[in-house]
Amino acid sequence: MGNEHSHGSSAHSAPPNPYLEKHTTPEQTEALEKRVRTLESLLIKKGLVSAETLDKMVETYENDIGPLNGAKVVARAWVDPAYKERLLKDATPAIAELGFSGLQGEHMVVVENTPSVHNLVVCTLCSCYPWPVLGLPPAWFKEAAYRSRSVVDPRGVLHDFGLTLDESVAIKVWDSSAEIRYMVLPERPAGTEGMSEEELVALVTRDAMLGVTKAESRVA
Amino acid sequence: MNGIHDMGGMTCFGPVKPEENEPVFHAEWEKRMFAMTMLGMGQLDTLDGFRHAVERMDPAHYLSSTYYEHWLAALETLALEKGLLTPEELATGTATETGKEAEGPLPPEAVSAVVHAGAPTNRETGRLTPRFKAGNRVQARNLNPTGHTRLPRYVRGKNGVIAQVHGTFVYPDTNAHGKGEQPQPLYSVCFDAHELWGPDVSGADSLYIDLWEDYLDPA
Repeated sequence: MGNEHSHGSSAHSAPPNPYLEKHTTPEQTEALEKRVRTLESLLIKKGLVSAETLDKMVETYENDIGPLNGAKVVARAWVDPAYKERLLKDATPAIAELGFSGLQGEHMVVVENTPSVHNLVVCTLCSCYPWPVLGLPPAWFKEAAYRSRSVVDPRGVLHDFGLTLDESVAIKVWDSSAEIRYMVLPERPAGTEGMSEEELVALVTRDAMLGVTKAESRVA
Repeated sequence: MNGIHDMGGMTCFGPVKPEENEPVFHAEWEKRMFAMTMLGMGQLDTLDGFRHAVERMDPAHYLSSTYYEHWLAALETLALEKGLLTPEELATGTATETGKEAEGPLPPEAVSAVVHAGAPTNRETGRLTPRFKAGNRVQARNLNPTGHTRLPRYVRGKNGVIAQVHGTFVYPDTNAHGKGEQPQPLYSVCFDAHELWGPDVSGADSLYIDLWEDYLDPA
């Protein structure tokens, strides 16, 4: 795809596809809800799970684990060069220094954006995502459009997010095909030199840590 | 398996549509499905086996259903295949017998420790000496297994360079099928965009993907 062809044009010329629309009529949703209730009651009766433990698991990912964790890691790296060096060399223990670890982040790699290199994270085969630092993935990360096109047309995908990169910037796409989980260290925005670490945390978005946008110098 | 899940490189799905202020879950049933999978799946199969159960969904259904319905389908499949539930139990919602309760359910106060400990998949056993080192030129093998694999179609037969040796990790192709972890070296492999997609894409771009040793030949 040449430049003129990469700015999301493949998206607009896509043929109609009945599978692009999810089947979420009220009847279908009701049927789903029933199946889920049935499965839960059976798993409880069989002794695999308890309702209280399920509640606790949901609470953990709704309230405790989300992209604020990753933002703290990024802000620390922006203000502390020694920390940034440890983070880029061996991310898992560096992230654990701030108290973040665990499921779907056992083996972390952090990749750095610079004026000449832009990194983008995807999982084409399923939806692997660095949970301890970013929480659970947004729907678009798990759906076909992003998973399929990020590897072949990263510039078009970035255009879908409103980001146009100069042709001279090298894009590195990271397909999380194994149990290594990737997070992007965005560039620190210009004009933030006087900001404290705490103020910087507020500038770091989930999307910037996936590489679909850049961090901006003020909160959107 | 050359399934619909292996979608890297397809361009027929339209634009990416981010949702503004997206909640963590969109419905109550998604919460229950998420938590059931997190706490129940490990008692039925490995994560690799679970991924393969998702991949075995009817391909049209895979595309027309949302993420947590994939998890529902996979968990039902594994519960049936592993003998935890009968088709009658799933249909009626009535358990005909209680489970063996070998372990019993995890108490709520244990959730935090489980989440924060994680489940590392690097190993000190198995094939510990890597065949390749950073900078070596390699070719992804043209393999088309009918079972689970993490070698996507779009890199098969393509030439790349070892960017990093990650260490020895559980091999999903065996682990998903009850054939053991058989750990072997895992590599970050870099492919030029031109090598993967031809001359019309930006030559500045590249793709990094993690591939196990048995997916690779020297180039």
